[in-house]
Amino acid sequence: MALNVELVSPTQRVWSGEATSVSARTIDGDLGILTGHTPLFGVLVDGVVSITSIDGSTTDFNVSGGFLSVSNNRVSILTETVSN
Amino acid sequence: MGAQLRIYRRRMRSVKATKKITKAMELISASRIVKAQQRVTASTPYAYELTRAVSAVATYSSTNHPLTTPSANPIRAAILIISADRGLAGAYSNNAIKEGEQLATLLKERGLQTTSYLVGRRAVNYYRFRNRAIAGQWTGFSDNPTYENAKEVADALMTAFLADAQSDIAGVDEIHIVFTQFESMMVQNAQAKRMLPLEVVESDAPVPTGLLPMYEFEPNGERVLNALLPRYIEARVFNAMLQSAASEHASRRRAMKSATDNADELIKSLTRLANSARQAEITQEISEIVGGADALASASAGSE
Repeated sequence: MALNVELVSPTQRVWSGEATSVSARTIDGDLGILTGHTPLFGVLVDGVVSITSIDGSTTDFNVSGGFLSVSNNRVSILTETVSN
Repeated sequence: MGAQLRIYRRRMRSVKATKKITKAMELISASRIVKAQQRVTASTPYAYELTRAVSAVATYSSTNHPLTTPSANPIRAAILIISADRGLAGAYSNNAIKEGEQLATLLKERGLQTTSYLVGRRAVNYYRFRNRAIAGQWTGFSDNPTYENAKEVADALMTAFLADAQSDIAGVDEIHIVFTQFESMMVQNAQAKRMLPLEVVESDAPVPTGLLPMYEFEPNGERVLNALLPRYIEARVFNAMLQSAASEHASRRRAMKSATDNADELIKSLTRLANSARQAEITQEISEIVGGADALASASAGSE
């Protein structure tokens, strides 16, 4: 069972696919997400979102604030601007 | 060449030149519709996720946020009208402006004052010509809006909306948006929607199906909503702008196509007129020659 991750910005879908883990920085601090995480909705601060894809490679994205929602192994990250 | 024929030829040349321009505009718009549609599609996942999130937060947190609770006695409503910067797009801008007028009448019946926020030069000119007050205006990006443009507009609206919470400077209690929904290449509808106070049910993205999960909010429901709602408004304004841009291109393509067709018709009838004028000229010349020859023949016959 893998996480179904989507990283979207207003103008495009930046990353989507299966991943084993996601880490991001919320207002309360760093947060790591693995499969089976409880439904969560968090506010992100400027920082790095890293997604470890199912093939083991890790991709980092610099985001400027945004939101992270987790439910039923589905993670969606919404952000205004993204850069690699 | 006779005068009549020369005039027809001149008119044909002028119509042909116009036809070239309208044909070019038609082709340009046709290629831009596709791009504009792609941008609408590209912005959909974000709008969808955001709508889902707002519904979830609004459902499961019992916060009394000013953005979700309607004011007990609303005084003023803001209307945001999205129109085009340039004309030559058929009734596109007029339809949006008219829809805005209808909405204003409706709001006035409810006893509300209205303030106008305008996007696009056509709407600005319409209001300025009638000496009406404009609370905010943005021009220059109607056919290719960016997220920054939408953010600017949404920020101004949010400031006006939140103003009466703390002070009484010209705040508004409701925000309505008038834009043109792009349904297909042939069908675009100008429509008015209420943005604030929030009606989560009525959204641009398809309504999320199934039960929404019991989210844990981090840090808490109210702060999440505080951060989420401005983004939601921005996304809705952005989506409205993109749809309007696509509609503008579609309307312009249609208007230019009928202009090109009309030019074709005109050229056809002018060609016919020019041909008959030319034929009349030839006939006249022949009858003059024949008449002349006859006169000469009868004159010389008489002298013999």
